[in-house]
Amino acid sequence: MNTESCTTELDHPALDVESIRREFPILDQTVNGHPLVYLDNAASSQKPRAVIDAICRYYEHDNANVHRGIHELSNRASTAYEAGRKRAAQFINAKHTSEIVFTRGTTEGINLVAQAWGTRHLRKGDKILLTEMEHHSNIVPWQLLAERVGAEIQYLPVNDDRGLLDLSRLDEWLTSDVKVFAFTHISNSLGTVNPAAEFCKRARSLGIITVVDAAQSAGHGPLDVQELDCDFLAFSGHKMCGPTGIGVLYGRQELLEATPPYQGGGDMIATVDYHKSTWNKVPHKFEAGTPHISGVVGLHAAMDYLDRIGRNRIARYDHELGAHAYEELARLKGIRLFGPHIGRAGLVSFLMTDVHAHDLVTVADQRGFALRGGHHCNQPLMKKLGVESTARASFYFYNTHQEIDRTIEVLKEIQNFFTR
Amino acid sequence: MFDDLNDLYQQVILDHSKCPRNFHKLDHATCTAQGHNPLCGDNVTLYLIMENNVIKDISFQGSGCAISKASASILTDSLKGKSAADVTALFDKVHAMVTTGKAGGDMGKLAVFAGVHKFPARVKCAILPWHAVVSAIDGNPEPVTTESQNG
Ligand SMILES: Cc1ncc(COP(=O)(O)O)c(C=O)c1O
Repeated sequence: MNTESCTTELDHPALDVESIRREFPILDQTVNGHPLVYLDNAASSQKPRAVIDAICRYYEHDNANVHRGIHELSNRASTAYEAGRKRAAQFINAKHTSEIVFTRGTTEGINLVAQAWGTRHLRKGDKILLTEMEHHSNIVPWQLLAERVGAEIQYLPVNDDRGLLDLSRLDEWLTSDVKVFAFTHISNSLGTVNPAAEFCKRARSLGIITVVDAAQSAGHGPLDVQELDCDFLAFSGHKMCGPTGIGVLYGRQELLEATPPYQGGGDMIATVDYHKSTWNKVPHKFEAGTPHISGVVGLHAAMDYLDRIGRNRIARYDHELGAHAYEELARLKGIRLFGPHIGRAGLVSFLMTDVHAHDLVTVADQRGFALRGGHHCNQPLMKKLGVESTARASFYFYNTHQEIDRTIEVLKEIQNFFTR
Repeated sequence: MFDDLNDLYQQVILDHSKCPRNFHKLDHATCTAQGHNPLCGDNVTLYLIMENNVIKDISFQGSGCAISKASASILTDSLKGKSAADVTALFDKVHAMVTTGKAGGDMGKLAVFAGVHKFPARVKCAILPWHAVVSAIDGNPEPVTTESQNG
């Protein structure tokens, strides 16, 4: 039998990266006279032709407001918008389509949970558990909540030299006075992959609500909210081949129902009187005003695209690139690496002795490399690690092993340049 | 190798960033000011001893990229003996130079920063200590920043 004819994702592991690259128009360009090597995917990913075209098509054929008009275009826009919701539910295996709330991104999703759910359900003296590796967007909304209701924030410590959370002490932190445990699935500055399912299980047994920041994991591998058994989960479209300005907040049905509205306006109401209004059903009560319809259309195309490539394959390749980069960097002299030695996501965070991350990134840019240098919106973690910033290369499935080799070459040149 | 970058990272700049001059605290400073770009992590504290409106001594401490460190180091070298009015005038010239690449008159050692204008993202690094020194002389206690937006 022809083995080619029945290829499922698992029995055909190789990604055809060269043909994938051709589907990303932006990759085909020179920057500062050199071919672009885009290694800032943890900040934002690039978009395939399929996503760009879907957005164009929507504006060229179907654009109108949703849920309001009776006319044909409004019907089409509403259908496209709700189809995106159904697709998102399927993408993360939510039990109900109504558990999908469209947001501007991860940040807004977490703010929604902290402000709307948190203000209703947390009281003075309650504890909020975060981890020391959270992005500012999973710290500051909780600080605002804590201040509002008098709750207290605690942090699950990071083991400094390996960038892992200290799981042996989870019981000390996950106590019955904790009301909510919010943590990142994958760290954007260390590349740590946290045991999200284990966290959710331990939290569930104590009745603690879990909030998963999936900004770095959605689109980088399979994601199943029922398997994770989380209560809330947030991600951003733009980090997974979709457009900016659109994201998803997943919330368990009964929790969303027990959450008051986040913002008021059109679309989120059932009836409005001058003095009293009643709310639309979940999830519409969280989506005030005209939503980002073309964003949902683009996100839908991105989810289709990622599944066509295969999320297991993407995850495997991502890890391969991360491991390759880590091993090569570890071989260089004068490089300090951050994060776990093994089992890391597709990114590396490092410092070069006597070369500030911003100088390194500026020089790399002159060679066409898009790296990130900075605190990666993890200021408290940087402080804990005793650094102000790191340089970071973050990968996606359109990056190649050759690009990593060239990055290593350019880093050696940079080292020579600054020590001349 | 990296010929294009030699404009930005001139040897003088690398020297000053590796061995910054006047890199210490002044115990009897009459004014100090802090410049901080949280996004970059560039952090500079300037110490001045002013007498009759003239800079008698000046030093700095801090950490940051090569550009900000060299800029602070060369600044301290250039400002000893200058009056407050000289500093403001020089600030304007340096600002113009790092944003346009054109030096107004003889900038002396400061001319090495003319290449920064080709790297718009790095102008804020070069100019940070200058904002801080003007702020110190104005007696402004707030740390200054040259970043418009923080992550
Ligand atoms: C771990 C993590 N959480 C949250 C965010 C915030 O995502 P957004 O800016 O798309 O809301 C990011 C983005 O950098 C991230 O890496």
